[in-house]
Parts: sequence; structure tokens; C-alpha cells
Amino acid sequence: MTLRMVALDRALRPAWVRRLAWLLCLLPLLLWIVRGVQGELGVNPAETLVRGTGIWTLRMLCVVLAVTPLRQWAGLASIASWRRMLGLFAFFYAVLHLLAYAWLDQGLELPAIARDIAKRPFVLVGFAAAVLMLPLALTSFNRAIRALGARRWKLLHRLVYLIGPLGLLHFFWIRSAKHREGEVLVYAAIMLVLLAARPLYQWHQRRAPARRVMSA
Amino acid sequence: LATVRSATAGAVVMDKPTAYGDATSYNNFYEFGTDKADPARNASRLKTRPWTVQVEGEVLKPATFDLDALLKLAPLEERIYRLRCVEAWSMVIPWVGYPLADLLRRVQPTGNARFVQFETLADPKQMPFVGSRSLEWPYVEGLRLDEAMHPLTLLALGMYGEVLPNQNGAPVRLVVPWKYGFKSAKSIVRIRLVEKQPATAWVKAARQEYGFYSNVNPQVDHPRWSQASERRIGEDGLFARKRPTLMFNGYEAQVGQLYAGMDLQRNF
Repeated sequence: MTLRMVALDRALRPAWVRRLAWLLCLLPLLLWIVRGVQGELGVNPAETLVRGTGIWTLRMLCVVLAVTPLRQWAGLASIASWRRMLGLFAFFYAVLHLLAYAWLDQGLELPAIARDIAKRPFVLVGFAAAVLMLPLALTSFNRAIRALGARRWKLLHRLVYLIGPLGLLHFFWIRSAKHREGEVLVYAAIMLVLLAARPLYQWHQRRAPARRVMSA
Repeated sequence: LATVRSATAGAVVMDKPTAYGDATSYNNFYEFGTDKADPARNASRLKTRPWTVQVEGEVLKPATFDLDALLKLAPLEERIYRLRCVEAWSMVIPWVGYPLADLLRRVQPTGNARFVQFETLADPKQMPFVGSRSLEWPYVEGLRLDEAMHPLTLLALGMYGEVLPNQNGAPVRLVVPWKYGFKSAKSIVRIRLVEKQPATAWVKAARQEYGFYSNVNPQVDHPRWSQASERRIGEDGLFARKRPTLMFNGYEAQVGQLYAGMDLQRNF
């Protein structure tokens, strides 16, 4: 680990830095509110919000999936403690996305929403991803971790490896309706790197035990 | 553009026209980008003069019309049409133009002509997204001859009393108000009368999702979303319910007979 990384890791440690990150995560919502009050959410505000909350869910999923690789490969141990906050933000934007869809697009008509989920695979996949996030959000506090036991808790939270790709598939399906897959491929590449970084790190550690001693 | 209000049945709806700013900043025109804000940003590079439209194929008198000839070909009328996008939003646009039939009669379709194919400009120098893999270029659309000859099928040269803004399909475009918006080809350079049903851009891109007819029909869903309702741009508030979509976009009285006896679920 380079000295620069050690310095960065130290710089990220104070509580106020984490609070700043928290505020940054909230920024998209704050901007929607400001733009909404000013009437500047675009020509089709409902569409702006449904799409915006969706894309920010995917972005937050990428951010939370980046924590472990950054810790392992770049030695940023301090951000490990951000993981819960980042994961909860991913869930938060997923809830907003679901709410925007149910309210702005479907007019809160529950039978219509149920029909839509049952009828359209891309809606079903998105809905499934959101539902799978629920147990993770509900077990994100210390008491839940203790009650479950660390091993079971870890196993449960591996669901994120399924949730990310499901979110991606949901995004791909809607974009492929009009052959606009470009942006989806960018997110897919990012997610692939983040997911592959984990087994690669294990493999790297097994192959080079000497280097581990050096870096420790 | 000097115009008279159209007297054709169904040509002037009573709905409140969409704000000019909304109608010119929220467009699907993939030659200029796939985001709906892209065309307004990128279409200034389009040169609309000189411009010619070639009319050819199964006609007795093939001809090439320049823009001035098109502007003088028939009296310009103002028509206020509902515009329903396949993406479940809608607008109300005051167009300026005349029936496409006026142009087609000039070139005298032969007995073999059964369909009309529209081809739009595809110049990568003026249109930065021509060549992107979203669609095959040039953009091709088509109508059955009787649809093309229908008095509501408009060859539009303007909107809101002015010449067409580039992002809305300048200098000359089609408007078929009872069909989803993508059927109304923009920036047309060639009109060809043909015997066989044309292979249109969206049918080639996704046959299961976009049909040749693409009549507005609340009972036939798009595979990814419902077509039963729509959001009227600028009018239906953020938390307002979407309004129900009308059969043939509300033009059933005028065009219903074109499809008598047809299975509209299959011929979507």
C-alpha cells in the first residue's frame, strides 16, 4: 500500500468526513426538491423523477459494491464503516423509485400496479430487486447482526450480489425497448469489475502470501 | 405562415394546445440523439434550404419538389391535432400544412401503388447520431395508400403559425394524428409509392414491439408498458392521474372505417 493511500485512508477517517458523504448521498434528492419547487424538473417531471430515482438506485448499488474492493485493493479500511450508510441510501433511492412509479406513473392504483408487475418481466425484475433489498435494510442495525450471528448475517447480505445484477437487468430491458443499451453497458462493466474484484482478491492473496505479509 | 383554419372534419380539436416551449424541447428525433432534450440542442446544424422532396415509384408523373414549390402546392391550413407518443405521453399541436393527398394526386399514383414509403434525411454531417446502432438509417416509415390519402393525413410545413423548428422535423414532415408519433416521419426527402408494405425503421428494429399500423389503441399494450392512459405534457400535474387514451387517438369517427373487419390485436 502506497503512502498516498495511507494518507487518504487517514483523511477519510474523521466522523465529519462521513457526515459529508452522507450529505452527498442526499444531494440528488435535495436537487429534485429544489428543481421541483422552481418548476424545473423538465417538460415531463414524472418521467424525470421515475428515471432519476431509478438511475440513482443503480449508482448507489455500484457505490456500496465498491466499498470492499476499495478496502481490499486500495487499503481504504476507513470506508468499511460507511458501508451500512451507503447500502441504506441504495435502499432509500429504491423506495423513492418504487414510490415514483406507483404514484406518478400508476396513480397509486394497486390493482393496476399488481397487473403491471405480473404482466411485464422488466417491472417484475425491478420489483424483485427492491423486495430483496428489504431484509437487508431491516437487518442493518447492530442488534440484528448480533441476533442473527455474524455468519448468517453475512450470508443474508450476500443477496446484494443478486440485487445489483437484477437492477441492471431491469435497466437493460427498458432501454433495449428502443435499442439504447450504451449507458447500460457502462454500468454493467462497472458492476462486473466490482463483483470480479472480490474473487480475484482471494485468488491474489492465496497466490502471493509473501506480499500479504509485506503489506501488513 | 399565412393560413386558414381547416374545415375538414376532426382537423381542429378543442383541447388546449401544448406550450410552444414544451413542444420544441421534448422531442424524439433519433438522428439528433436519443434523449428527448437532444434534438433541441443538436438540430441547429440541420440546413433546411435548399431542400427537395423526390416523389417517385408507382406514379405516372414522378417529380422533385423544392421547398418553395411545396409551400405553394396547396393552400396552407391550420390544424390542431392531438399527438400521442408510443411512450404514453401526449401533446396538442397546431400544425400548418395541407393534406398529403394534395401532393399525391399531383404525381398520379398508378394502379399498382398500394403503399407509400417515406424516407427522411440521413446526413451524418448535419445529424450527429445518424449511424448510431439504435436504428437503421435512413429512417423509413410507411402508410397504406388509403391511409396516406385520408384527409386528416397532413404534410406539415409549420406549427404554431411559423415554419417548423428543426427539432420538430423541418422543413417538411408528415403528421398522422391517429397513429403513434413515430409513424409521422420528419425531415422528409423522398416519398415512394410502392406495391409491397415497406419495411419501416421501427418494425425492423423490434418487430414484436412496434407494428406497421401502430394505430393509437388503448386496448393493445406495448410489451413494456400499458397504452390505456397517457400523460398530457404541461397540463396533467405531477400527481394527477394520467388521462385515458382514446381509440385512434380520438379520431375513430374519421378513420375507423379504414380498419373495418381487421383484427387490431394482430395488426397492431
